[in-house]
Parts: sequence; C-alpha cells; structure tokens
Amino acid sequence: MLKIDNLRANAGDKEILKGLSLNVNAGEVHAVMGPNGSGKSTLAQVLAGNPAYEVTSGSVTYNGQDLLELDAEVRAQQGVFLAFQYPVEIPGVSNAYFLRMAYNEIRKARGEEEVDPMEFADLMDEKLNFVEMDSAMLTRSVNTGFSGGEKKRNEILQMALLEPKLAILDETDSGLDIDALRIVADGVNKLKRPDNATIVVTHYQRLLNYIVPDFVHVLANGRIVKSGGKELALELEAKGYDWVTGAGAAA
Amino acid sequence: MTTGYQESFARFSAHQAAAAPAHVSELRRKGIERFAALGFPTTRNEDWHFTSVSPIAEHDFTMLVEASGDVRKTHIEQYLFCPNDWYALVFVNGRFAPELSTIAELPAGVTVMPLAKAYVDAPELVSRIGTQVDAETQAFSALNSAFMLDGSVVHIEKDVELTRPIHLVYVTDPHAAKGMTHPRNLIVSDANSRATVIESYVSVGSATYFTNAVTEVSVAQGATLHHYKIQRESARAFHVGTIQVEQARDSHYFSFSFATGAQLSRTNVYTLLAGEGCGATLNGLYMLDDAQHGDHQTLIVHREPNCYSRELYKGVLDAQSHGVFNGKVYVHPEAQKTDGKQTNKVLLLSERAQIDAKPQLEIFADDVKCTHGATVGQLDQVSLFYMKSRGVGNELARRLLTYAFAADVIETLEQPSVRDELEAITLARFNVAELPAGELAGAETVGA
Repeated sequence: MLKIDNLRANAGDKEILKGLSLNVNAGEVHAVMGPNGSGKSTLAQVLAGNPAYEVTSGSVTYNGQDLLELDAEVRAQQGVFLAFQYPVEIPGVSNAYFLRMAYNEIRKARGEEEVDPMEFADLMDEKLNFVEMDSAMLTRSVNTGFSGGEKKRNEILQMALLEPKLAILDETDSGLDIDALRIVADGVNKLKRPDNATIVVTHYQRLLNYIVPDFVHVLANGRIVKSGGKELALELEAKGYDWVTGAGAAA
Repeated sequence: MTTGYQESFARFSAHQAAAAPAHVSELRRKGIERFAALGFPTTRNEDWHFTSVSPIAEHDFTMLVEASGDVRKTHIEQYLFCPNDWYALVFVNGRFAPELSTIAELPAGVTVMPLAKAYVDAPELVSRIGTQVDAETQAFSALNSAFMLDGSVVHIEKDVELTRPIHLVYVTDPHAAKGMTHPRNLIVSDANSRATVIESYVSVGSATYFTNAVTEVSVAQGATLHHYKIQRESARAFHVGTIQVEQARDSHYFSFSFATGAQLSRTNVYTLLAGEGCGATLNGLYMLDDAQHGDHQTLIVHREPNCYSRELYKGVLDAQSHGVFNGKVYVHPEAQKTDGKQTNKVLLLSERAQIDAKPQLEIFADDVKCTHGATVGQLDQVSLFYMKSRGVGNELARRLLTYAFAADVIETLEQPSVRDELEAITLARFNVAELPAGELAGAETVGA
C-alpha cells in the first residue's frame, strides 16, 4: 500500500528526514517510535502533504501512485488521514459543518453522491457513540475551547467518519488520561480492516498496550535504525532509546 | 472647495421644503458658517491622516430636496430584515417615504417620526438636536447641520421595553446621481428603557452620490440601547456617518457597524461615558473589495469611574481595497477602575490590499485596566492545511476560513434577525453554502 524509499525532507533550512525507508501493507499496523526530534512528526506531516515541509529526494508510492505529486486534499480524498498531534482550532466553523463538508468533498471526489444534513446527522449519531462523544460537541466550533482529550477524540471521530485506507496517528496518546486513551485506542482497533493500514507515531510504549502493532520501527536522526515485532516496543520501554540510537544521539 | 456648498446652501435655505423652527435654522446657519471656515479636512488633519476626502470635495454635489417616488417596496425588501415585524421609517433620497414605512401601532411611550414632521409635532425633541455632536470643529458634522432637512427622531420613554426593533432606512435611487443627502437622526432612550435601533444606508441602482449622516444618541440612567449601522451604499457612492453618544449612569450601549458599500466611506462612532457604572460595546465588521476605501474611527471617553468599554472590529480586505481603523480610548483622571479592552483584526486576502490601523490609548487615571490588540495577516496556513488534510479543496477551505473570521464578530449581535441576515450576506460574499440550522457555530468563539 505504502512504500517510502530513501526519503529526505527539510523543515526550513534544516534536514529532518535523512533517507527514510518503510513499507506498509494493507491490514498492517506499524508503530514508529523514537525520541523527540528524531523526525516522527515530520514523517507524518510529509505523508499528509503539509507544504511547510520540503521533500528533497526519495520517493513515496501509495497504491501504485506517486504520493508526493498529490496535494494534501487529494491525498485525503484517496484515503490518507492524519490524526494531528496538535489539532487545529477553527473559530467560527462548527464541527458539524466542517465534518459534513469534509465527508461530502471526499464523496464528491470519488464520484459518490453528497449526503444532506439530515442523513448526515444520523450517520454522526453512530460515529459519536463510537468515540463516546456528546452530540453537543458538534455545534461547537472546530476544536475551539476543547480540552486536550476532546481534541484527540475529535480526531478519531473524523477518522471514523472518513474511513481512511491509510491512517497516520501522530502522538495521539500525548496528553491523554487513561480513560481517553482507552476510548481512542478502542476506536482505532474497531476501525482496523484487512484493506486498511495504520501508522502509529508515538514516543511512549503505553499506547501500544492498547493498539497492538504488527511491526515496530525505531526512528533516530531522520532514519529508521531498527525494526522488529511488537516485542521491540517493550524492549525499548525497558532499555530506553539510547539502546538503539547510541548513547547521546538524541535527547 | 466650499463656495459651491455656500451657493447650494443659499438655494436650499430659500426652498419652501426647508421651513423649520428657529432652533434648526440657527443650527443650519452656524453649520454653513463653520463649514466655510473649516473646509474639507485634509490628510494633514490627524483624524483624517489615512483618508483623503478630495474625491468628495472635487465633486459638485447638489442638495436633494424632493423625494423621487420611483422606489417600490419590492425594490428594497432585501434590505428590510423583517418588514412585517419591525417598525420602519424609510427615506428615499433623503425624504420620508410614508408608503414604504411601517410605524402604525407604536406602543405607548415610543415616538418614531420623520424629523421634518417633528419640527411641528415634537418641538421638545427637536430642541435637543445639536446638543451632542461637534459641529464646531468637525467639518462633516457642520455640513450636515447646514443641510439638515429630514431624518429620524426616536424617543423611548422611561421604563419602556421595546421588543421589536426600529429600523431607519435611507435609500438612494438613480435619481440621486450627483446628489447629496444629510440625514439627521436623534435617538433618546429615557431611564431604564430598552430598545434596538438599526440604521441602514442602502441603494437602488448604482449612482454616484454623497450621504453625510449624523446621529445623536442619549442613553439615560439604567437604559440599554442596541444601535446597529448597516452601510451598504452603491459601489460608487461616498458615505460619511457620525454617531455621537452620551451615556448616563448604569446605562449600556451596544453598537455595531457593518460596512460593505461605497467607494469611499468613513464611519465615526463616538461615545462619552458620562455616568458611573455605565459601559459601551463597539463592534464592527468591514469587508472591502476592488478599490474601495473604508475608514472607521471610534472614540470612547471614560469620564467617570467604574465604567467598561469593549471593542472588537474586524476587516476583510480584498483586491486593492484600503481599510483604516483608528480606535481611541481616552480615560480622564477621575475615571478610576476603568475596564477597557479593544481588539482590531484584519484579514488581507490580496497582496495589494492595505490597512492602516491605529489604536490610541490616552490614560490619565492610575487605577485602570486597559488593553488593546491588533493583528493583520493572511489566512492561517496551519488551519488551511488542517482543512485540506480532511479532503477540503484549497479554494473552499480559504472561503470557509474567511467566512469564519468575519462570522466571529457577527456572532456578537444579539438581535437574531440582524445576526442571521448579516451571516447570510457574508456567506454569500464568500460563496459558502448556507449553514443548516444546528450547524451554526456557537457563540463561545466570541473574541477569539
């Protein structure tokens, strides 16, 4: 589904990704772990198409096409979804309106019919249950004044609604208490299907107690330095990142 | 530049339609005298530094004295908000149009009448005209006083709570080409009264004309007045409007200025907090396009202790439009415990659009809380990317974020019909689909 080959990318003048390669197949859950500053969030942003990052070399193939050629909205329309580490507040646009617009834009791009507000409301009831959110959240402005946990749940709500083929969760566990973490992880697990894939980007092993990965990769200094099965996450938790990155490689 | 106006004044004074009580004649005489002495303000005048009125001065506008008679209700329905529910005084080319107005069945304790009628029927109220506005040093107010002919007189008596809004509608039609009108309004809110008054300046057709309005407002002890000004003049029009307010103890004044029209416009909103414990909220939204020039000047004078003022102005500037915002807050030494907050935010949609924003705080009391903040910028790139990452295309995302920026201040309007209508106008302006009920953003975003 996704093939990243020797990817290099800059944020401003600074090179962050320095030759990163990764393969993800349908039906798989991959965890990308690493210390702060290793390039985890940059990888997530580059895959989602944030123009603030510049890809300097390498390639990313998604379902046979060059992902880097596509604008962010086209990637989303083709099934790429990024759950943001810091979901953005948009005062003046209600959550309900935003979600329906996103849902319909994606449907339109796929040649499907738009749904009207009534149909959409029914659909939302179902999705809200899924992440244990109150419908009052729909009339509030997107993420505006939401608590950290509410913002993360709102991301998973969007994921449940948009049903991506490739979901990238960027530090979705950061700032969550254990109840919110369980709700978010349950949501992600329930959305798992043989034809979609998930990349879980995280600093801590904690989330992986709930979302069990098929593969774990350690990112350090812009490259994947070690890959393994789910047991690698536990080993990292016990031994620390220095174990794979070399002492003092990154704070 | 003023000779033409003096000649025009001589003709106007001789016209039978100009018959008025001595008090008004005297205001007119002083008005033309002061205007002749002051002339039009130049950009050397600090209050007009960013706005050149020479396009107004260079025109030879003729005073409109007669109504045109060509405007039908269907022409102006779109500007009337709730034509069946509200009290409305409609004027065409500056003259009262009874057939378009709805002021029957006013409740007891409420007076709403055209100024020309008040000359005869309400001399007490007419005697209050000219007591607040500064026609000595402000050229446009002097000019308005000189050509004072018609306008609106509104009086809400003590303890009266009026639920239906009063709408003062000034329509200009194609017959007004090269003409000028000087609407003069008086709004008197007596103690503990409550009312909503809306002034609309609109146009049928696309004539070049000049509107120069003055509104004097007094809000007595404990009274609450919501006062909105909607400026949707023709794209070729010139508009200057001055609102001068005086507030007594424990009164509340809510002002909103919505401005999208005219090639050159200036709106002044001045309020004097003249009694302890009173407060003013001055909000506004201006949205300009093409080569439009739109200027707002606000002045809040804190003269007494324990008063508050709140101000939120937003501007959306496209193409090569030019916006100006000057927000003055003056705190007298006696005005301790003043609580003031001013915010001005501008969104530039084009590289050629321009804003001159100037907050001005002059504080002479030592125990006060006064803040001001101003931001000028383009659409937030992070918000744009967030929307795009959800499948929303660049163009739609930009339009929706622009709408959201503007809607934030519209949400502060308490009158639901005005709020909904201004939202609808703004949605249409940025080509955003109508929001179904229940999908409107909550008011908790106010001030964000």
